[in-house]
Amino acid sequence: MVEFRRRQNLGGKIGLYALLIICTIMMLFPFYWLLRSAFMSSREIFSVPMKWWPSHLLWSNFVDTFQDAPFALYFRNTIFLVAVNLIGAIFSNSFIAFGFARIRFKGRNFWFACVLLTMMIPSIVMFIPQFIGWKELGAYNSYWPLTLPSFFGNAFFIFLLRQFYMTIPIEYDEAAFMDGANYFTIYRKIILPLSKPALVTVGVFTFMGTWNDYFNPMLYLNNQKLWTLQLGLQSFMGQYTSSWQLIMAGALITLLPMLIVFFFAQRAFIEGISLSGVKG
Amino acid sequence: MLEKAVLNRSLAKKIRRKISHEEKARLKWGYVFIAPTIFGMCVFVLAPVVFGLIISFTHWDIITPMRWAGLSNYKKIFTSDPLFYQSLRVTFYYAIASVILTNILALFLATLLNAKIRFKSFFRTVFYIPTIVPLIAAIVIWSFIYNPEYGLLNSLLGLFHIPPQNWLYNARLVIPAMIVMSMWGAGNNMVIYLAALQGVPRHLYEAIDVDGGGAWRRFWNVTLPMISPMIFFNFITDFINSLQTFAQGQIMTDGGPNNASLFYILNVYNQAFTNNAMGYAAALAWVLFIIVAICVGLIFRFSNRWIYYEGGEA
Repeated sequence: MVEFRRRQNLGGKIGLYALLIICTIMMLFPFYWLLRSAFMSSREIFSVPMKWWPSHLLWSNFVDTFQDAPFALYFRNTIFLVAVNLIGAIFSNSFIAFGFARIRFKGRNFWFACVLLTMMIPSIVMFIPQFIGWKELGAYNSYWPLTLPSFFGNAFFIFLLRQFYMTIPIEYDEAAFMDGANYFTIYRKIILPLSKPALVTVGVFTFMGTWNDYFNPMLYLNNQKLWTLQLGLQSFMGQYTSSWQLIMAGALITLLPMLIVFFFAQRAFIEGISLSGVKG
Repeated sequence: MLEKAVLNRSLAKKIRRKISHEEKARLKWGYVFIAPTIFGMCVFVLAPVVFGLIISFTHWDIITPMRWAGLSNYKKIFTSDPLFYQSLRVTFYYAIASVILTNILALFLATLLNAKIRFKSFFRTVFYIPTIVPLIAAIVIWSFIYNPEYGLLNSLLGLFHIPPQNWLYNARLVIPAMIVMSMWGAGNNMVIYLAALQGVPRHLYEAIDVDGGGAWRRFWNVTLPMISPMIFFNFITDFINSLQTFAQGQIMTDGGPNNASLFYILNVYNQAFTNNAMGYAAALAWVLFIIVAICVGLIFRFSNRWIYYEGGEA
């Protein structure tokens, strides 16, 4: 009986690892395809039957990509937008969440319910009027529509930070009050330094949201000098339909910084997502 | 006695005054802190929603002045716009299939990872990584995978002597192809499920072991009911997100072939920015909003039949 159990367990283990490896291969296949294609010559990429790997890695594809389209400019633009949004998101959301988590006042629950409600409104009902509004203000073809909103809080981040703040003992605040501190000092001197991990999560998601955003830049940026990487890649794909190796090199360029950030901040990613599920 | 009572009363008054003073201070500070979001909600959410509703009752191309249209935009949507029904069909087909399949895959991966295995964090990273790929980069990669002549998929199928398919230019295959692409991003939900699985109390499984049940019974009778709130949460949020799919249709196929991938938002976008029919597009947007609200309401209405909330009804 015991012998049978053990053998069954062994069979199960092998099956389990087989499934894991199959899933790994499937998940990584698109990455393999990206890498292989980005390093191929135009002849190799169109060879039939297909080649599994380039005969030698053609690094010049990346040089060509940067020369054929102003990817360096797109890069700078994207980084600028990321930086501004990072500042906006970290300051505004930590500030707002402090009000919801650490101060008891009349109307707090009402406003918090409003914040949560805005998460339910699909952006589709807002993008046309928002577009018209920005256009009327003369902000079409500028970075205002892509940056200013992040200085006024984001429902999801407010929720996330509020959850985090509520785990910090209220005695800290009380002790600070004894020493004559006001709420602003408590926010700046106590809560902000203690909430670094949660702020990293906010930062990482802001980075990802700005870096990966396509819809808003497409809507507001007509001038190529202002384009972001995603916009540039999309237009590059339209122009060079027959040079797949360059398109794939471009895709790799837009993806790489994201991957680097991910490897440095993996825990913030995973924890942030687990946290986002908490409200379920 | 009397003296003591008077003293108490004056003390109480003093305390009350102090409390009300403190309350006032808290009120002031509270609103100072949440002022940015109140402003943000009014300017970036409330105003657009109201403004959008108003322009949905007008004919407007932004250039010439608005003309009042009454209900005619809405009437046109329901009575004489085949693109509306087509885009609604495409979007719901995609959203429902994508949400169900992505969540099944995510739950499957999470269950695998929740077993006692080595290299757990390696596998978790691998399954998660596709979700951080920028959408446009993903679109580029998958467009080439689906390329009819030089794509990976047809080459692989060729190994099994399956004839090449025109994945993105075949009206029947284009949405399934995009659903498969969306499943590549199952890692997000996988992480949520993994956290949920780790929260299932051990002793419930022990009960099943005593009764002598297999892995399937453990999953069906314990795991699934215990994480059902999380499944529900993922379904709702994914469903709302999938209804707003846009870039795949715009970039990979331009809504084609024959409008087979004309997503709802793509249709709204075309109406607004190609046809310059802002009023009509706003009306379309509101119709989707109401449809989504009704769907979500219905799902909530019938949810407590099959969702188990620990500690009673939520």
